[in-house]
Amino acid sequence: MIAHPHQEEVFSSKSYLEMELLRFTTAGSVDDGKSTLIGRLLYDSKSLFQDQLDAVKKASLKKGSEHINLALVTDGLRAEREQGITIDVAYRYFATPHRKFIIADTPGHIQYTRNMVTGASTANAAIILIDARNGVTEQTHRHAYIASLLEIPHIIVCINKMDLLDYKQEVFEMLKKDFQHFSDQVFPQKDVRFIPISALLGDNVVIPSEKTPWYKEGTLLHALETIPILNDNNLTDGRFPVQYIIRPESNEFHDYRGYAGRISGGIFHNGDKVTVLPSHLTTEITSVDTFNNPLEEAFPPMSVTLTLKDDIDISRGEMIVPFNNLPIESCDVTVMLCWLNQKPLRPDGRYLLRHTTREVKCLVKTIQYVLNINTLEKQTEIKSVTMNDIACVELRTTLPLFFDSYSSNRITGSLILIDEATNETVGAGMIR
Amino acid sequence: MLQLLHLAELESEAIFILREVAAQFEQPVLLFSGGKDSIVLVHLAKKAFWPARIPFPLLHIDTGHNFEETIHFRDDLVGKFNARLIVGSVQESIDSGRAVEEQGINASRNVLQTVTLLDVIEKYKFDAAIGGGRRDEEKARAKERFFSHRDEFGQWDPKNQRPELWNLFNGKKRLGENFRIFPISNWTEMDVWQYLFQEQIELPSIYFTHDREVFNRDGVWLAWAPFMKLKPTEKVEVRKVRCRTVGDITCTGLTLSTANSLEDIISEIAATRVTERGGRYDDKRSDAAMEDRKKEGYF
Repeated sequence: MIAHPHQEEVFSSKSYLEMELLRFTTAGSVDDGKSTLIGRLLYDSKSLFQDQLDAVKKASLKKGSEHINLALVTDGLRAEREQGITIDVAYRYFATPHRKFIIADTPGHIQYTRNMVTGASTANAAIILIDARNGVTEQTHRHAYIASLLEIPHIIVCINKMDLLDYKQEVFEMLKKDFQHFSDQVFPQKDVRFIPISALLGDNVVIPSEKTPWYKEGTLLHALETIPILNDNNLTDGRFPVQYIIRPESNEFHDYRGYAGRISGGIFHNGDKVTVLPSHLTTEITSVDTFNNPLEEAFPPMSVTLTLKDDIDISRGEMIVPFNNLPIESCDVTVMLCWLNQKPLRPDGRYLLRHTTREVKCLVKTIQYVLNINTLEKQTEIKSVTMNDIACVELRTTLPLFFDSYSSNRITGSLILIDEATNETVGAGMIR
Repeated sequence: MLQLLHLAELESEAIFILREVAAQFEQPVLLFSGGKDSIVLVHLAKKAFWPARIPFPLLHIDTGHNFEETIHFRDDLVGKFNARLIVGSVQESIDSGRAVEEQGINASRNVLQTVTLLDVIEKYKFDAAIGGGRRDEEKARAKERFFSHRDEFGQWDPKNQRPELWNLFNGKKRLGENFRIFPISNWTEMDVWQYLFQEQIELPSIYFTHDREVFNRDGVWLAWAPFMKLKPTEKVEVRKVRCRTVGDITCTGLTLSTANSLEDIISEIAATRVTERGGRYDDKRSDAAMEDRKKEGYF
């Protein structure tokens, strides 16, 4: 039975209602101890229930291990349990007195780049695991590059298996320097921190380790609880993709016409002068509605309904923006494209493109280069773009898109490609 | 402060998904079990489309083995929200020979719901069924998408799911295929209870403590009903209990509890050591019980 030191205090008080949400992703392979780390995080933060723990104990015994194998906590589908691998992105949840966490747990092997990209797309923070014995490898480079490509604002590098290297400070400092040497090239401005841990024994995961007296910057959980998430949304450039039109046609709301959507950037106020794209008609916001009450202002990622002063014909896929701050409007976009599908990208191929709530057709105009994500070399002699490849691609759309660069807005700067023959999501693009 | 708290962010995400369903599909339907998760869903749908009414009907798959209170509650809610209700009857599926009643001591109609559900989806040509499934419930659900594609047989292929990135959801499908949609995927059991509390949402009385005739089977307290078979060692007794989840009466585990209010329940859950599905008899059948049922087209 696990003791519950602070749960009473947490959940029975009002503080739980006043928690923030942090979404983070974990990159690392089975051998780096990623599953063990997540298991350890859940176990030491008292987030595992007795029946889950019993199931893991049972499974540990069945596999012949003497101790409880925390890696089994994250075991998912039967095929994965049988093969001892992770196939897909799994989402896990836990909460502490300070925050609620959503973990996108992604497999780290090269053939699962697409899963890592998927998990990273919604993350505010990424944990990159390094096996202290192996040091900074090509795989570490790949994980760091994907984190930077997906513009994850905060990176936590966990140097794991410190127990096997006698918790030596020199090892930690050397690996830190190695990582920085690479990361300075890919994300110089990001918030990167380093923590020496042993996921297996729990050092510096939730509980500060006595074996690393030279390390004073706090545990992994402490980092997760205190990373600032306030500034992760773009609060400067107002962007409101129209998602759905609300027309009650009831007696009470006879003439009501509301534009429902999620704020994708900036702050919208009642009374703001706005421009509607693509018509470029200008009008004024007359209310920012929600079921509970009308708001004076709304910011990302709120779901609201706007009403406008003038009766303009607006449909799904159009965008409401401040009259003096327009996005780029163009049929030509250049994207860093992660290919997600078994069928390779067709040069000159036509795909369906979804960007915010807008759907258009597009043509693959030019493939500029395919990136070797281990070496960051640009390969311009392109045979094909296959699953898990990342390529720089120029697209031409049939109708204009209203977009920002991915680095300034992760919502209005991202798009997916859909194969019309299979309806599958085949590509994920970040606009340059 | 320009930062949403976690319940507000989860609410905003769920509303976004519900509006996306209304925009991308022709004939969506909301699966309403009478349980707390689907009650939260109906409230979220109300908020998503206000001041218009919810633009899709509610569907209740009635096993015939219900807690009576949930049926009264359902009808009240439908009236209050001016919603449209469709009831799919498992009894009718059995009578018409489409489904075969399980026999034996652990007989349950829980699995049979799948037959009725798929039949109703086919009959009304529903192309999206919105459910209250959450990823924290069970390990097979941890990899579920918000938009979960089902083939023309209603089946789920866990190894071939569409990637979901950012908030771009792909609801494209062929004729005859459909989607299961899970707007509260990212909510935990605690989030649901806290939301019910924050929003002061009414719940069926069976969620709060009451005296009930119960019996204990393999450590799980089950409600007794006249059609249930007992093992010789099991005896019916009256206990103070509440439901933690609500499913078919034959397989819904009860918690011994004196919790009388949402606050009571929240502090009780904070101290509990068993997941809510730990009390579901249907999940105890095997390690991959949920995975198997989901592949067949279960909720």
